[in-house]
Amino acid sequence: MKKMFALMLALAMMLACTAAFAEDDVITLKVAHIGPTTGAAALYGQATRNGAELAAQEINEMGGKYRIEMINEDDEHNVEKAINAYNAALDAGAQMIVGNTTSKPCEAVGAQAMIDRVFMITPSASSEAAIGMDGNGDDSVDNVFQVCFTDPNQGAASAQYIAGHALGKKIAIIYNNADVYSTGIRDTFVKEAAALDLEIVSETTFTDETTDFTVQVADAQNNGAEIVFLPMYYTPASMILQTAAAKEYKPVFFGVDGMDGILDVEGFDTSLAEGVMLLTPFVATGTDEKTVNFVTKYQAAYGVKPIQFAADAYDAVYILVAAAEKAGITAEMTEKGDEGTAEICEALIAAMTEIQVEGLTGTMTWEASGRVTKTPLAATIVNGEYVFEN
Amino acid sequence: MIFLDNLINGISLGSIYAIIALGYTMVYGIAKMLNFAHGDVIMVGAYVAFCGLQYWGLPPVAAILVSMAVCTVLGVTIEGLAYRPLRQAASLAVLITAIGMSYLLQNLALMIWGANPKSFPRTFINSSIINIGQLNVSSATLITILANVVIMVALTLFTAKTKLGKAMRCVSEDRGAAELMGIHVNRTISFTFAIGSALAAIAGVLLCSSYPILQPTTGSMPGIKAFTAAVFGGIGSIPGAMLGGILLGVIEIFGKAYISTELGDAIVFAVLIVVLLVKPSGLLGKPMREKV
Repeated sequence: MKKMFALMLALAMMLACTAAFAEDDVITLKVAHIGPTTGAAALYGQATRNGAELAAQEINEMGGKYRIEMINEDDEHNVEKAINAYNAALDAGAQMIVGNTTSKPCEAVGAQAMIDRVFMITPSASSEAAIGMDGNGDDSVDNVFQVCFTDPNQGAASAQYIAGHALGKKIAIIYNNADVYSTGIRDTFVKEAAALDLEIVSETTFTDETTDFTVQVADAQNNGAEIVFLPMYYTPASMILQTAAAKEYKPVFFGVDGMDGILDVEGFDTSLAEGVMLLTPFVATGTDEKTVNFVTKYQAAYGVKPIQFAADAYDAVYILVAAAEKAGITAEMTEKGDEGTAEICEALIAAMTEIQVEGLTGTMTWEASGRVTKTPLAATIVNGEYVFEN
Repeated sequence: MIFLDNLINGISLGSIYAIIALGYTMVYGIAKMLNFAHGDVIMVGAYVAFCGLQYWGLPPVAAILVSMAVCTVLGVTIEGLAYRPLRQAASLAVLITAIGMSYLLQNLALMIWGANPKSFPRTFINSSIINIGQLNVSSATLITILANVVIMVALTLFTAKTKLGKAMRCVSEDRGAAELMGIHVNRTISFTFAIGSALAAIAGVLLCSSYPILQPTTGSMPGIKAFTAAVFGGIGSIPGAMLGGILLGVIEIFGKAYISTELGDAIVFAVLIVVLLVKPSGLLGKPMREKV
């Protein structure tokens, strides 16, 4: 009888244990989104907030091991406010951060989070400094990872896309030599192009004050360039397109994310941009299942079409969950306050370089520096809309 | 062929500089002041024409006429409010006022039309491409060159033959004596501003037809280049502005095409310095004799 009782007790204990384990199985991660949900850059911050929220909702509905509790803080695209928003997020119990949406606030918060040991994944801060890179290969922060390409990396990615899709061998580059964004992309493009056996037949420059692009376009044309690479924002690009049209020169124009927006310039004849390609990870007109699902849900929830930023943030939350699974974040870790947050940070940093995530914006892996590696995707402008080729 | 292509591009760019330079040179010749706001009047002219074409649905010619009317009123108002009270003041005070006016116009445009660049719509000016042999020339290029010649001839005739034109030359030569002879100096200067500003509207439309991006700073760089052209050709001289403008455009394009795109602007200004060292009054400028 005594033995029987002991056995029953043991059984009961075991049951209790499994019950406790089952409860342990659901771990809630407190994720803070920090971005400019008001102010001049509100369009971007609202998109990342919505994208992150949507991903969190999906994850919670799917009912896996981890649940997400979102905290939202507004940084108004301002460095000081970003630090305040970061502190407020930590006070609210945030254990990891999706943010910041824009580069400068991300650089500031990243440096502080580095000291505090808080893990960050930024959907869209694309500067090198956002992940602590100083341009000489030194990495001052190890806890910030990117979903988007770093600015200069777009050059290498563009060259890979052009070579990979055999768009042409003879390439002309027109870039703004007074602008870091433009020269940075140009430098990595030239380096990668050499490695990929692409021939650069013409290379010309301009500055912010340049209005006349006839020489640059004529040089590309006379050297028989099949592709004109335009690492610049859409304003000068629109002038180059107009100049080329006047010269009846029709190469493939290939731009980077700065080209995004060219269709929205008031008065711009969008037929000029027909066939222009640009490196972008996401277009709302994509037809794959993931994109359609995301765009439908997003439109239903927020009433607008998602932009690239929303897709980046949506991916960011899924990446967090994938990294948490890899790192084996435990309930215990999430209950220890600052110390736990630091433990989570170390575990996630270690996990990031080991995971591979298939997101809306491509299949991604990470370097220890925080830089993402993913297949570059390029959209083509067809009938005044961005569409993916494949 | 490439050489010819570059030459045409240079003349086209130069013609735009020349039309803008006419505005600088006329005002300088008659009022003896540098109207640095001229480039910004061009920008306003282009914006008004843009609104006419894009928002009000006007036909291109009507849009240009409206833009000319607005710029004329604007030019005369600027002169009356900001420059006339300073007629007797030191030239430095007038110069700074003109620079202030330039920033005022830019910031007003920023308020009214916003910072987002606008693309100037296509009109008859730039809608077609003319093939001459293997050369593709935009109609904007031809119209710009043509407009330039017409304006220069008209202005030369105007100053030589009409009463008002003669009055302008008199004021230019000796303001005090002109006043004693019964010429209404203030009215003559106002009239000069009216013509200069109407020309600015045309220049704005032509500038944006060739280079279609329109933003509040659109007028500043072409303005400075055109001012350089005016000095290059001899400030105060109408044919000088024309010659200076076209030479400047050709030098800029050739410099970019045959030397380096990075050094294009540097070459332009280097040539200016050399010309001024050799001939301080500019290519067609009258040598100034100091009265002792």
